[in-house]
Amino acid sequence: MTGRGATFKSTLTWWPAGLLLVLVICAVFAYWLAPFDPDRQNLLGRLKPPGFEARGKVFLLGSDELGRDVLSRLIYGARVSLLVAALSVLLSGFVGVTVGMAAGYLRGWIETILMRLVDIFLSIPAILLAIITVAVLGPGFINVVLVLALTRWPRYARVAYGQTLAIAGRPFVTLARSMGASPLRVLALHILPNIVGPLLVVATLEFGLMVLFEAGLSFLGLGVQPPTASWGSMLSTGRNYIATAWWIAMFPGFALFLLVLSANLIGDRFGDRIGDGR
Amino acid sequence: MLRFLLNRGGQALIAAFGVVTLVFFIQRLSGDPTALLLPETATQADIDAMRVTLGLDRPLIVQYWAFLSDLLRFDLGRSFVQNADVWDIVSSRIPKTLQLAFGALVVALLIGLPMGLIMAITRGKHVSKFIMWIVLACQSMPTFWSGIMMILVFGVWLRWLPSSGTGTFAHLIMPSIALGLLSLATYARITRAAVLDELGKDYVRSARARGVRTGRLVRHHLLRNSMIPIISITALELSQLLAGAVIVETVFAWPGLGLLTVQSIAARDFVVVQTIVLMGAFVTIFANLAADILYSVVDPRVRLAGQS
Repeated sequence: MTGRGATFKSTLTWWPAGLLLVLVICAVFAYWLAPFDPDRQNLLGRLKPPGFEARGKVFLLGSDELGRDVLSRLIYGARVSLLVAALSVLLSGFVGVTVGMAAGYLRGWIETILMRLVDIFLSIPAILLAIITVAVLGPGFINVVLVLALTRWPRYARVAYGQTLAIAGRPFVTLARSMGASPLRVLALHILPNIVGPLLVVATLEFGLMVLFEAGLSFLGLGVQPPTASWGSMLSTGRNYIATAWWIAMFPGFALFLLVLSANLIGDRFGDRIGDGR
Repeated sequence: MLRFLLNRGGQALIAAFGVVTLVFFIQRLSGDPTALLLPETATQADIDAMRVTLGLDRPLIVQYWAFLSDLLRFDLGRSFVQNADVWDIVSSRIPKTLQLAFGALVVALLIGLPMGLIMAITRGKHVSKFIMWIVLACQSMPTFWSGIMMILVFGVWLRWLPSSGTGTFAHLIMPSIALGLLSLATYARITRAAVLDELGKDYVRSARARGVRTGRLVRHHLLRNSMIPIISITALELSQLLAGAVIVETVFAWPGLGLLTVQSIAARDFVVVQTIVLMGAFVTIFANLAADILYSVVDPRVRLAGQS
Protein backbone atom coordinates (compact mmCIF):
# COMPACT_ATOMS: atom_id res chain seq x y z
CA MET A 1 0.00 0.00 0.00
CA THR A 2 2.84 2.39 -0.65
CA GLY A 3 1.33 4.00 -3.74
CA ARG A 4 -1.36 5.98 -2.06
CA GLY A 5 0.87 6.85 0.84
CA ALA A 6 3.47 8.38 -1.42
CA THR A 7 1.07 10.47 -3.46
CA PHE A 8 -1.04 11.63 -0.57
CA LYS A 9 1.53 12.39 2.05
CA SER A 10 2.79 15.57 0.43
CA THR A 11 -0.53 17.29 -0.14
CA LEU A 12 -2.46 16.07 2.84
CA THR A 13 -0.19 16.10 5.79
CA TRP A 14 -1.66 19.01 7.58
CA TRP A 15 -5.23 19.81 6.74
CA PRO A 16 -7.19 16.92 8.29
CA ALA A 17 -5.40 17.47 11.57
CA GLY A 18 -5.95 21.23 11.22
CA LEU A 19 -9.66 20.72 10.62
CA LEU A 20 -9.93 18.43 13.60
CA LEU A 21 -8.19 21.07 15.70
CA VAL A 22 -10.63 23.75 14.51
CA LEU A 23 -13.58 21.55 15.49
CA VAL A 24 -12.05 20.82 18.88
CA ILE A 25 -11.58 24.55 19.43
CA CYS A 26 -15.22 25.11 18.43
CA ALA A 27 -16.34 22.48 20.91
CA VAL A 28 -14.21 23.74 23.79
CA PHE A 29 -14.83 27.45 23.30
CA ALA A 30 -18.40 27.13 22.03
CA TYR A 31 -19.64 29.58 24.66
CA TRP A 32 -17.40 32.38 23.33
CA LEU A 33 -17.48 31.48 19.65
CA ALA A 34 -21.21 31.05 19.14
CA PRO A 35 -22.90 34.31 18.18
CA PHE A 36 -26.16 33.33 19.92
CA ASP A 37 -27.43 31.15 22.73
CA PRO A 38 -27.98 27.86 20.85
CA ASP A 39 -31.25 27.14 22.66
CA ARG A 40 -32.72 30.59 22.45
CA GLN A 41 -35.91 30.54 20.44
CA ASN A 42 -37.27 33.38 18.36
CA LEU A 43 -40.63 32.46 16.98
CA LEU A 44 -40.81 35.55 14.80
CA GLY A 45 -37.52 34.62 13.16
CA ARG A 46 -38.36 31.03 12.27
CA LEU A 47 -36.88 29.27 9.23
CA LYS A 48 -35.00 32.34 8.02
CA PRO A 49 -32.38 31.81 5.30
CA PRO A 50 -28.64 32.31 5.84
CA GLY A 51 -27.65 35.94 6.18
CA PHE A 52 -30.95 36.97 7.73
CA GLU A 53 -30.69 39.98 10.03
CA ALA A 54 -32.67 40.60 13.17
CA ARG A 55 -32.14 43.31 15.76
CA GLY A 56 -28.74 44.16 14.36
CA LYS A 57 -27.46 40.59 14.52
CA VAL A 58 -26.87 38.36 11.55
CA PHE A 59 -27.94 34.71 11.41
CA LEU A 60 -25.02 33.66 9.22
CA LEU A 61 -26.34 30.17 8.50
CA GLY A 62 -30.02 30.96 8.96
CA SER A 63 -32.40 29.89 11.70
CA ASP A 64 -34.26 26.67 12.41
CA GLU A 65 -37.92 25.84 12.99
CA LEU A 66 -37.89 27.46 16.42
CA GLY A 67 -35.91 30.50 15.31
CA ARG A 68 -32.66 29.25 16.85
CA ASP A 69 -29.40 30.23 15.19
CA VAL A 70 -28.11 27.34 13.06
CA LEU A 71 -24.47 28.45 13.31
CA SER A 72 -24.58 28.56 17.11
CA ARG A 73 -26.21 25.14 17.28
CA LEU A 74 -23.61 23.85 14.84
CA ILE A 75 -20.78 25.08 17.07
CA TYR A 76 -22.35 23.61 20.20
CA GLY A 77 -23.17 20.42 18.30
CA ALA A 78 -19.45 19.81 17.79
CA ARG A 79 -19.29 19.18 21.55
CA VAL A 80 -21.67 16.26 21.44
CA SER A 81 -20.08 14.68 18.37
CA LEU A 82 -16.50 14.96 19.57
CA LEU A 83 -17.17 14.10 23.19
CA VAL A 84 -19.33 11.07 22.50
CA ALA A 85 -16.89 9.78 19.88
CA ALA A 86 -13.82 10.37 22.04
CA LEU A 87 -15.31 8.80 25.15
CA SER A 88 -16.67 5.77 23.34
CA VAL A 89 -13.37 5.21 21.53
CA LEU A 90 -11.50 5.39 24.84
CA LEU A 91 -13.91 3.06 26.59
CA SER A 92 -14.27 0.50 23.83
CA GLY A 93 -10.53 0.68 23.15
CA PHE A 94 -9.72 0.02 26.79
CA VAL A 95 -12.08 -2.93 27.06
CA GLY A 96 -11.19 -4.35 23.65
CA VAL A 97 -7.43 -4.06 24.08
CA THR A 98 -7.58 -5.63 27.53
CA VAL A 99 -9.65 -8.53 26.26
CA GLY A 100 -7.60 -9.01 23.12
CA MET A 101 -4.25 -8.91 24.89
CA ALA A 102 -5.44 -11.24 27.64
CA ALA A 103 -6.69 -13.73 25.05
CA GLY A 104 -3.54 -13.51 22.97
CA TYR A 105 -1.13 -13.82 25.87
CA LEU A 106 -2.83 -16.20 28.29
CA ARG A 107 -4.15 -18.52 25.55
CA GLY A 108 -5.95 -21.73 26.56
CA TRP A 109 -9.60 -21.66 27.56
CA ILE A 110 -9.51 -17.94 28.29
CA GLU A 111 -8.58 -17.34 24.68
CA THR A 112 -11.37 -19.61 23.45
CA ILE A 113 -14.07 -17.98 25.55
CA LEU A 114 -13.01 -14.40 24.94
CA MET A 115 -12.53 -14.71 21.21
CA ARG A 116 -15.80 -16.61 20.79
CA LEU A 117 -17.46 -13.73 22.60
CA VAL A 118 -15.80 -11.34 20.16
CA ASP A 119 -17.18 -13.37 17.25
CA ILE A 120 -20.67 -13.26 18.71
CA PHE A 121 -20.59 -9.50 19.13
CA LEU A 122 -19.20 -9.02 15.65
CA SER A 123 -22.00 -11.08 14.15
CA ILE A 124 -24.66 -8.59 15.16
CA PRO A 125 -24.61 -5.60 12.82
CA ALA A 126 -23.25 -2.85 15.08
CA ILE A 127 -25.93 -0.29 14.35
CA LEU A 128 -28.69 -2.81 15.11
CA LEU A 129 -27.04 -3.80 18.39
CA ALA A 130 -26.70 -0.14 19.28
CA ILE A 131 -30.31 0.56 18.41
CA ILE A 132 -31.76 -2.30 20.42
CA THR A 133 -29.62 -1.47 23.45
CA VAL A 134 -30.44 2.23 23.40
CA ALA A 135 -34.09 1.36 22.96
CA VAL A 136 -33.89 -0.69 26.16
CA LEU A 137 -31.71 1.63 28.21
CA GLY A 138 -33.30 4.81 26.95
CA PRO A 139 -31.55 7.62 25.09
CA GLY A 140 -29.14 10.13 26.57
CA PHE A 141 -25.50 11.10 26.54
CA ILE A 142 -24.10 8.48 28.95
CA ASN A 143 -26.17 5.68 27.48
CA VAL A 144 -25.05 6.47 23.95
CA VAL A 145 -21.40 6.34 25.03
CA LEU A 146 -21.94 3.04 26.85
CA VAL A 147 -23.82 1.51 23.95
CA LEU A 148 -21.21 2.54 21.40
CA ALA A 149 -18.49 1.10 23.62
CA LEU A 150 -20.48 -2.11 24.04
CA THR A 151 -20.90 -2.50 20.29
CA ARG A 152 -17.38 -1.62 19.20
CA TRP A 153 -14.92 -3.17 21.66
CA PRO A 154 -14.62 -6.44 19.66
CA ARG A 155 -12.93 -4.56 16.82
CA TYR A 156 -10.03 -3.58 19.10
CA ALA A 157 -10.01 -7.02 20.68
CA ARG A 158 -9.46 -8.63 17.28
CA VAL A 159 -6.53 -6.39 16.41
CA ALA A 160 -4.97 -6.52 19.90
CA TYR A 161 -5.34 -10.30 19.90
CA GLY A 162 -3.65 -10.81 16.55
CA GLN A 163 -0.85 -8.41 17.35
CA THR A 164 -0.26 -9.90 20.80
CA LEU A 165 -0.04 -13.38 19.32
CA ALA A 166 2.59 -12.16 16.90
CA ILE A 167 4.65 -10.37 19.55
CA ALA A 168 4.32 -12.88 22.41
CA GLY A 169 6.64 -15.39 20.74
CA ARG A 170 9.49 -12.92 20.26
CA PRO A 171 12.72 -13.50 22.18
CA PHE A 172 12.48 -10.34 24.27
CA VAL A 173 9.14 -11.47 25.66
CA THR A 174 10.49 -14.91 26.51
CA LEU A 175 13.46 -13.23 28.15
CA ALA A 176 11.28 -10.97 30.26
CA ARG A 177 9.20 -13.97 31.33
CA SER A 178 12.21 -16.07 32.18
CA MET A 179 13.45 -13.26 34.37
CA GLY A 180 10.26 -13.56 36.38
CA ALA A 181 8.11 -10.74 34.99
CA SER A 182 4.42 -11.16 35.81
CA PRO A 183 1.92 -11.46 32.93
CA LEU A 184 0.61 -7.98 33.70
CA ARG A 185 4.10 -6.52 33.55
CA VAL A 186 4.94 -8.29 30.30
CA LEU A 187 1.69 -7.15 28.72
CA ALA A 188 1.92 -3.55 29.86
CA LEU A 189 5.64 -2.90 29.43
CA HIS A 190 6.76 -5.26 26.69
CA ILE A 191 3.82 -6.06 24.49
CA LEU A 192 1.58 -2.99 24.59
CA PRO A 193 4.25 -0.53 23.38
CA ASN A 194 4.87 -2.80 20.41
CA ILE A 195 1.27 -3.12 19.31
CA VAL A 196 0.09 0.41 19.99
CA GLY A 197 0.56 1.58 16.39
CA PRO A 198 -2.03 -0.65 14.71
CA LEU A 199 -4.37 -0.01 17.63
CA LEU A 200 -4.12 3.73 17.08
CA VAL A 201 -4.98 3.27 13.42
CA VAL A 202 -8.09 1.34 14.40
CA ALA A 203 -8.96 3.94 17.03
CA THR A 204 -8.69 6.79 14.52
CA LEU A 205 -10.91 5.06 11.97
CA GLU A 206 -13.30 4.05 14.74
CA PHE A 207 -13.44 7.67 15.87
CA GLY A 208 -14.93 8.64 12.52
CA LEU A 209 -17.33 5.73 12.70
CA MET A 210 -18.40 6.68 16.23
CA VAL A 211 -19.15 10.21 15.06
CA LEU A 212 -21.38 8.69 12.38
CA PHE A 213 -23.03 6.29 14.83
CA GLU A 214 -23.77 9.00 17.35
CA ALA A 215 -25.24 11.21 14.61
CA GLY A 216 -27.21 8.23 13.30
CA LEU A 217 -28.67 7.48 16.71
CA SER A 218 -29.51 11.15 17.23
CA PHE A 219 -31.02 11.23 13.76
CA LEU A 220 -33.31 8.38 14.78
CA GLY A 221 -34.18 10.19 18.00
CA LEU A 222 -32.20 7.73 20.14
CA GLY A 223 -29.18 9.90 20.84
CA VAL A 224 -28.63 12.97 22.94
CA GLN A 225 -32.03 14.46 23.58
CA PRO A 226 -33.32 17.89 22.60
CA PRO A 227 -32.94 20.75 23.21
CA THR A 228 -29.22 19.88 23.34
CA ALA A 229 -27.80 20.67 19.93
CA SER A 230 -26.42 17.66 18.11
CA TRP A 231 -25.67 17.40 14.40
CA GLY A 232 -27.70 14.24 14.03
CA SER A 233 -30.86 15.68 15.53
CA MET A 234 -30.42 18.91 13.53
CA LEU A 235 -30.36 16.76 10.40
CA SER A 236 -33.44 14.93 11.54
CA THR A 237 -35.30 18.24 11.89
CA GLY A 238 -33.85 19.46 8.63
CA ARG A 239 -35.22 16.41 6.85
CA ASN A 240 -38.74 17.61 7.69
CA TYR A 241 -38.11 21.13 6.44
CA ILE A 242 -36.02 20.20 3.42
CA ALA A 243 -38.47 21.75 0.94
CA THR A 244 -38.63 25.11 2.69
CA ALA A 245 -35.41 25.47 4.71
CA TRP A 246 -32.54 23.47 3.23
CA TRP A 247 -29.92 25.16 5.44
CA ILE A 248 -31.04 23.35 8.58
CA ALA A 249 -29.90 19.98 7.21
CA MET A 250 -27.14 21.13 4.87
CA PHE A 251 -24.65 22.57 7.37
CA PRO A 252 -24.63 19.98 10.17
CA GLY A 253 -24.36 17.25 7.55
CA PHE A 254 -21.42 18.98 5.93
CA ALA A 255 -19.74 19.41 9.31
CA LEU A 256 -20.20 15.70 9.99
CA PHE A 257 -18.80 14.85 6.60
CA LEU A 258 -15.69 16.96 7.16
CA LEU A 259 -15.10 15.57 10.63
CA VAL A 260 -15.42 11.96 9.52
CA LEU A 261 -13.37 12.60 6.40
CA SER A 262 -10.49 14.05 8.38
CA ALA A 263 -10.57 11.17 10.87
CA ASN A 264 -10.51 8.69 7.97
CA LEU A 265 -7.68 10.53 6.24
CA ILE A 266 -5.56 10.63 9.37
CA GLY A 267 -6.24 6.96 10.09
CA ASP A 268 -5.50 5.95 6.52
CA ARG A 269 -2.23 7.77 6.26
CA PHE A 270 -1.15 6.64 9.66
CA GLY A 271 -1.97 3.09 8.62
CA ASP A 272 0.11 3.44 5.45
CA ARG A 273 3.04 4.74 7.42
CA ILE A 274 3.20 1.98 10.00
CA GLY A 275 2.25 -0.74 7.54
CA ASP A 276 -1.37 -1.34 8.25
CA GLY A 277 -2.40 -3.53 11.14
CA ARG A 278 -6.02 -4.02 10.17
CA MET B 1 -13.41 -30.45 3.38
CA LEU B 2 -16.14 -32.09 5.46
CA ARG B 3 -14.17 -31.44 8.60
CA PHE B 4 -13.80 -27.80 7.66
CA LEU B 5 -17.53 -27.51 6.97
CA LEU B 6 -18.48 -29.12 10.27
CA ASN B 7 -16.01 -27.01 12.19
CA ARG B 8 -17.11 -23.76 10.55
CA GLY B 9 -20.80 -24.67 10.78
CA GLY B 10 -20.37 -25.41 14.47
CA GLN B 11 -18.81 -22.00 14.99
CA ALA B 12 -21.75 -20.38 13.22
CA LEU B 13 -24.21 -22.25 15.44
CA ILE B 14 -22.37 -21.14 18.55
CA ALA B 15 -22.42 -17.56 17.29
CA ALA B 16 -26.16 -17.78 16.59
CA PHE B 17 -26.78 -19.17 20.05
CA GLY B 18 -24.64 -16.42 21.55
CA VAL B 19 -26.53 -13.72 19.69
CA VAL B 20 -29.87 -15.02 20.94
CA THR B 21 -28.51 -15.07 24.49
CA LEU B 22 -27.10 -11.58 24.12
CA VAL B 23 -30.38 -10.19 22.81
CA PHE B 24 -32.28 -11.88 25.63
CA PHE B 25 -30.08 -10.43 28.32
CA ILE B 26 -29.89 -6.98 26.77
CA GLN B 27 -33.66 -6.82 27.10
CA ARG B 28 -33.36 -7.67 30.76
CA LEU B 29 -30.89 -4.81 31.27
CA SER B 30 -33.75 -2.49 32.05
CA GLY B 31 -35.05 -4.84 34.72
CA ASP B 32 -38.64 -5.31 33.75
CA PRO B 33 -39.28 -5.89 30.05
CA THR B 34 -43.04 -5.55 30.36
CA ALA B 35 -42.60 -1.80 30.15
CA LEU B 36 -40.85 -2.33 26.82
CA LEU B 37 -43.45 -4.67 25.46
CA LEU B 38 -46.51 -2.60 26.25
CA PRO B 39 -47.55 0.76 24.87
CA GLU B 40 -47.11 3.75 27.15
CA THR B 41 -50.86 3.92 27.71
CA ALA B 42 -50.91 0.51 29.40
CA THR B 43 -52.63 0.32 32.78
CA GLN B 44 -51.30 -1.54 35.81
CA ALA B 45 -53.78 -4.35 35.10
CA ASP B 46 -52.36 -4.70 31.58
CA ILE B 47 -48.85 -4.86 33.00
CA ASP B 48 -49.80 -7.55 35.51
CA ALA B 49 -51.60 -9.56 32.84
CA MET B 50 -48.55 -9.22 30.63
CA ARG B 51 -46.25 -10.44 33.37
CA VAL B 52 -48.28 -13.60 33.68
CA THR B 53 -48.52 -14.07 29.90
CA LEU B 54 -44.78 -13.76 29.58
CA GLY B 55 -44.12 -15.81 32.68
CA LEU B 56 -41.96 -13.10 34.18
CA ASP B 57 -42.71 -14.42 37.64
CA ARG B 58 -40.58 -17.43 36.78
CA PRO B 59 -36.81 -17.57 37.38
CA LEU B 60 -34.66 -15.90 34.74
CA ILE B 61 -33.15 -19.17 33.56
CA VAL B 62 -36.59 -20.67 32.94
CA GLN B 63 -37.60 -17.60 30.97
CA TYR B 64 -34.42 -17.87 28.95
CA TRP B 65 -35.17 -21.49 28.18
CA ALA B 66 -38.71 -20.62 27.10
CA PHE B 67 -37.32 -17.86 24.87
CA LEU B 68 -34.92 -20.31 23.23
CA SER B 69 -37.48 -23.03 22.66
CA ASP B 70 -39.98 -20.55 21.20
CA LEU B 71 -37.35 -19.42 18.74
CA LEU B 72 -36.49 -22.98 17.81
CA ARG B 73 -40.12 -23.63 17.05
CA PHE B 74 -40.05 -20.44 15.01
CA ASP B 75 -42.57 -18.89 17.38
CA LEU B 76 -41.55 -15.25 17.27
CA GLY B 77 -44.34 -14.06 19.47
CA ARG B 78 -47.11 -11.54 19.05
CA SER B 79 -46.98 -7.80 18.78
CA PHE B 80 -49.31 -6.38 21.41
CA VAL B 81 -49.14 -2.95 19.86
CA GLN B 82 -50.32 -4.03 16.43
CA ASN B 83 -52.17 -7.08 17.75
CA ALA B 84 -50.71 -9.28 15.06
CA ASP B 85 -48.25 -12.08 14.66
CA VAL B 86 -44.69 -10.73 14.59
CA TRP B 87 -43.77 -12.86 11.63
CA ASP B 88 -46.69 -11.44 9.63
CA ILE B 89 -45.61 -7.88 10.40
CA VAL B 90 -41.95 -8.48 9.65
CA SER B 91 -42.24 -10.72 6.60
CA SER B 92 -44.37 -8.22 4.68
CA ARG B 93 -41.46 -5.76 4.88
CA ILE B 94 -38.67 -8.10 3.84
CA PRO B 95 -39.10 -7.79 0.05
CA LYS B 96 -38.88 -4.00 0.26
CA THR B 97 -35.59 -4.07 2.13
CA LEU B 98 -34.17 -6.74 -0.16
CA GLN B 99 -35.11 -4.60 -3.14
CA LEU B 100 -33.27 -1.64 -1.62
CA ALA B 101 -30.23 -3.70 -0.63
CA PHE B 102 -30.06 -5.17 -4.11
CA GLY B 103 -30.29 -1.72 -5.68
CA ALA B 104 -27.49 -0.49 -3.43
CA LEU B 105 -25.37 -3.52 -4.27
CA VAL B 106 -25.80 -2.85 -7.97
CA VAL B 107 -24.77 0.79 -7.49
CA ALA B 108 -21.78 -0.22 -5.39
CA LEU B 109 -20.58 -2.93 -7.78
CA LEU B 110 -21.17 -1.06 -11.02
CA ILE B 111 -19.28 2.00 -9.84
CA GLY B 112 -16.97 0.63 -7.16
CA LEU B 113 -15.36 -2.16 -9.22
CA PRO B 114 -14.28 -0.01 -12.18
CA MET B 115 -13.07 2.68 -9.79
CA GLY B 116 -10.88 0.22 -7.93
CA LEU B 117 -9.58 -1.25 -11.16
CA ILE B 118 -8.69 2.14 -12.60
CA MET B 119 -7.02 3.16 -9.34
CA ALA B 120 -4.84 0.06 -9.38
CA ILE B 121 -3.82 0.40 -13.03
CA THR B 122 -3.11 4.13 -12.86
CA ARG B 123 -1.43 3.83 -9.50
CA GLY B 124 0.65 6.84 -8.55
CA LYS B 125 -0.91 9.03 -11.24
CA HIS B 126 -3.33 11.90 -10.85
CA VAL B 127 -6.33 9.84 -11.96
CA SER B 128 -5.71 7.35 -9.20
CA LYS B 129 -5.32 10.13 -6.66
CA PHE B 130 -8.52 11.80 -7.82
CA ILE B 131 -10.56 8.59 -7.59
CA MET B 132 -9.15 7.88 -4.15
CA TRP B 133 -10.58 11.21 -3.08
CA ILE B 134 -14.01 10.23 -4.32
CA VAL B 135 -13.72 6.92 -2.48
CA LEU B 136 -12.75 8.65 0.74
CA ALA B 137 -15.63 11.08 0.32
CA CYS B 138 -18.10 8.23 -0.17
CA GLN B 139 -16.70 6.50 2.87
CA SER B 140 -17.04 9.56 5.08
CA MET B 141 -20.48 10.59 3.87
CA PRO B 142 -23.20 10.18 6.47
CA THR B 143 -25.96 8.28 4.65
CA PHE B 144 -28.63 10.48 6.15
CA TRP B 145 -26.90 13.58 4.84
CA SER B 146 -26.25 12.34 1.32
CA GLY B 147 -29.84 11.12 1.24
CA ILE B 148 -31.28 14.43 2.37
CA MET B 149 -29.07 16.38 -0.05
CA MET B 150 -30.20 14.18 -2.93
CA ILE B 151 -33.80 14.80 -1.92
CA LEU B 152 -33.06 18.52 -1.92
CA VAL B 153 -31.39 18.59 -5.33
CA PHE B 154 -33.28 15.97 -7.32
CA GLY B 155 -36.56 15.94 -5.43
CA VAL B 156 -37.16 19.54 -4.39
CA TRP B 157 -35.13 21.71 -6.76
CA LEU B 158 -35.01 19.75 -10.01
CA ARG B 159 -38.13 17.64 -9.39
CA TRP B 160 -36.64 14.73 -11.31
CA LEU B 161 -37.19 12.03 -8.73
CA PRO B 162 -39.76 11.35 -6.03
CA SER B 163 -38.30 12.24 -2.64
CA SER B 164 -39.98 9.54 -0.59
CA GLY B 165 -42.12 6.46 -0.73
CA THR B 166 -42.04 3.45 -2.97
CA GLY B 167 -43.72 1.93 -5.99
CA THR B 168 -41.85 2.72 -9.18
CA PHE B 169 -38.27 2.29 -10.32
CA ALA B 170 -37.74 6.04 -9.91
CA HIS B 171 -38.43 5.67 -6.19
CA LEU B 172 -35.60 3.19 -5.89
CA ILE B 173 -32.85 5.32 -7.43
CA MET B 174 -32.00 7.78 -4.66
CA PRO B 175 -32.25 5.37 -1.71
CA SER B 176 -30.07 2.86 -3.57
CA ILE B 177 -27.38 5.44 -4.21
CA ALA B 178 -27.50 6.73 -0.63
CA LEU B 179 -27.22 3.22 0.77
CA GLY B 180 -24.70 2.08 -1.82
CA LEU B 181 -22.08 4.82 -1.32
CA LEU B 182 -20.35 3.20 1.64
CA SER B 183 -20.21 -0.21 -0.04
CA LEU B 184 -19.01 1.49 -3.18
CA ALA B 185 -16.01 2.77 -1.25
CA THR B 186 -15.38 -0.70 0.18
CA TYR B 187 -15.54 -2.32 -3.25
CA ALA B 188 -13.25 0.26 -4.78
CA ARG B 189 -10.68 -0.30 -2.03
CA ILE B 190 -10.88 -4.08 -2.10
CA THR B 191 -10.66 -4.19 -5.88
CA ARG B 192 -7.72 -1.80 -5.87
CA ALA B 193 -5.86 -3.86 -3.28
CA ALA B 194 -6.68 -7.17 -5.01
CA VAL B 195 -5.65 -5.96 -8.46
CA LEU B 196 -2.47 -4.36 -7.11
CA ASP B 197 -1.69 -7.65 -5.47
CA GLU B 198 -2.11 -9.49 -8.76
CA LEU B 199 -0.16 -6.86 -10.68
CA GLY B 200 2.91 -7.65 -8.61
CA LYS B 201 2.89 -11.33 -9.56
CA ASP B 202 5.20 -13.02 -12.00
CA TYR B 203 2.57 -14.05 -14.51
CA VAL B 204 1.60 -10.42 -15.06
CA ARG B 205 5.21 -9.50 -15.69
CA SER B 206 5.68 -12.31 -18.15
CA ALA B 207 2.39 -11.46 -19.87
CA ARG B 208 3.57 -7.90 -20.23
CA ALA B 209 6.91 -9.13 -21.49
CA ARG B 210 5.06 -11.16 -24.11
CA GLY B 211 3.48 -7.90 -25.20
CA VAL B 212 -0.05 -8.45 -23.87
CA ARG B 213 -1.91 -5.15 -23.85
CA THR B 214 -3.32 -3.70 -20.65
CA GLY B 215 -6.94 -4.11 -21.75
CA ARG B 216 -6.48 -7.80 -22.49
CA LEU B 217 -4.44 -8.32 -19.35
CA VAL B 218 -7.24 -6.85 -17.27
CA ARG B 219 -9.98 -8.84 -18.95
CA HIS B 220 -8.27 -12.22 -19.15
CA HIS B 221 -6.09 -12.30 -16.07
CA LEU B 222 -6.50 -9.59 -13.49
CA LEU B 223 -10.26 -9.46 -13.06
CA ARG B 224 -10.64 -13.19 -12.85
CA ASN B 225 -7.87 -13.62 -10.32
CA SER B 226 -8.92 -10.66 -8.21
CA MET B 227 -12.48 -11.93 -7.91
CA ILE B 228 -12.00 -14.00 -4.74
CA PRO B 229 -11.78 -11.17 -2.23
CA ILE B 230 -14.45 -9.25 -4.11
CA ILE B 231 -16.94 -12.11 -3.98
CA SER B 232 -16.27 -12.87 -0.35
CA ILE B 233 -16.71 -9.24 0.64
CA THR B 234 -20.13 -9.23 -1.06
CA ALA B 235 -21.50 -11.60 1.54
CA LEU B 236 -20.37 -9.24 4.28
CA GLU B 237 -21.57 -6.14 2.47
CA LEU B 238 -25.05 -7.59 2.19
CA SER B 239 -25.42 -7.64 5.96
CA GLN B 240 -23.90 -4.16 6.15
CA LEU B 241 -26.53 -2.96 3.71
CA LEU B 242 -29.35 -4.49 5.73
CA ALA B 243 -28.12 -2.62 8.80
CA GLY B 244 -27.60 0.62 6.88
CA ALA B 245 -31.16 0.34 5.64
CA VAL B 246 -32.39 1.50 9.06
CA ILE B 247 -31.24 5.04 8.36
CA VAL B 248 -31.76 5.19 4.62
CA GLU B 249 -35.31 3.88 4.91
CA THR B 250 -36.05 6.50 7.54
CA VAL B 251 -34.74 9.27 5.30
CA PHE B 252 -36.73 8.16 2.27
CA ALA B 253 -39.80 6.79 4.10
CA TRP B 254 -39.08 3.47 2.42
CA PRO B 255 -41.42 0.91 4.02
CA GLY B 256 -38.91 -1.86 4.71
CA LEU B 257 -37.46 -3.51 7.79
CA GLY B 258 -35.36 -0.47 8.74
CA LEU B 259 -38.30 1.89 8.86
CA LEU B 260 -40.25 -0.80 10.73
CA THR B 261 -37.47 -0.95 13.33
CA VAL B 262 -37.60 2.79 13.92
CA GLN B 263 -41.40 2.84 13.98
CA SER B 264 -41.48 -0.11 16.36
CA ILE B 265 -39.07 1.57 18.76
CA ALA B 266 -41.22 4.70 18.72
CA ALA B 267 -44.32 2.58 19.33
CA ARG B 268 -42.48 0.56 22.00
CA ASP B 269 -43.21 -2.57 20.04
CA PHE B 270 -40.16 -4.39 21.29
CA VAL B 271 -40.98 -7.88 20.08
CA VAL B 272 -40.73 -6.62 16.53
CA VAL B 273 -37.41 -4.84 17.16
CA GLN B 274 -35.99 -7.97 18.73
CA THR B 275 -37.04 -10.09 15.77
CA ILE B 276 -35.45 -7.73 13.27
CA VAL B 277 -32.20 -7.58 15.25
CA LEU B 278 -32.07 -11.37 15.43
CA MET B 279 -32.75 -11.61 11.72
CA GLY B 280 -29.99 -9.14 10.98
CA ALA B 281 -27.58 -11.12 13.12
CA PHE B 282 -28.54 -14.45 11.54
CA VAL B 283 -28.11 -13.03 8.06
CA THR B 284 -24.66 -11.78 9.07
CA ILE B 285 -23.65 -15.11 10.56
CA PHE B 286 -24.91 -16.98 7.53
CA ALA B 287 -23.22 -14.55 5.13
CA ASN B 288 -19.92 -14.99 6.99
CA LEU B 289 -20.29 -18.74 6.83
CA ALA B 290 -21.11 -18.65 3.12
CA ALA B 291 -18.15 -16.36 2.45
CA ASP B 292 -15.78 -18.67 4.33
CA ILE B 293 -17.01 -21.75 2.52
CA LEU B 294 -16.80 -20.01 -0.81
CA TYR B 295 -13.31 -18.87 0.03
CA SER B 296 -12.22 -22.36 0.97
CA VAL B 297 -13.60 -23.79 -2.25
CA VAL B 298 -11.67 -21.29 -4.33
CA ASP B 299 -8.54 -21.29 -2.20
CA PRO B 300 -7.86 -24.64 -0.46
CA ARG B 301 -5.13 -23.10 1.69
CA VAL B 302 -7.86 -21.55 3.82
CA ARG B 303 -9.37 -24.82 4.94
CA LEU B 304 -6.00 -26.47 5.40
CA ALA B 305 -4.92 -23.65 7.67
CA GLY B 306 -7.94 -24.33 9.84
CA GLN B 307 -6.82 -27.90 10.48
CA SER B 308 -3.36 -27.31 11.79
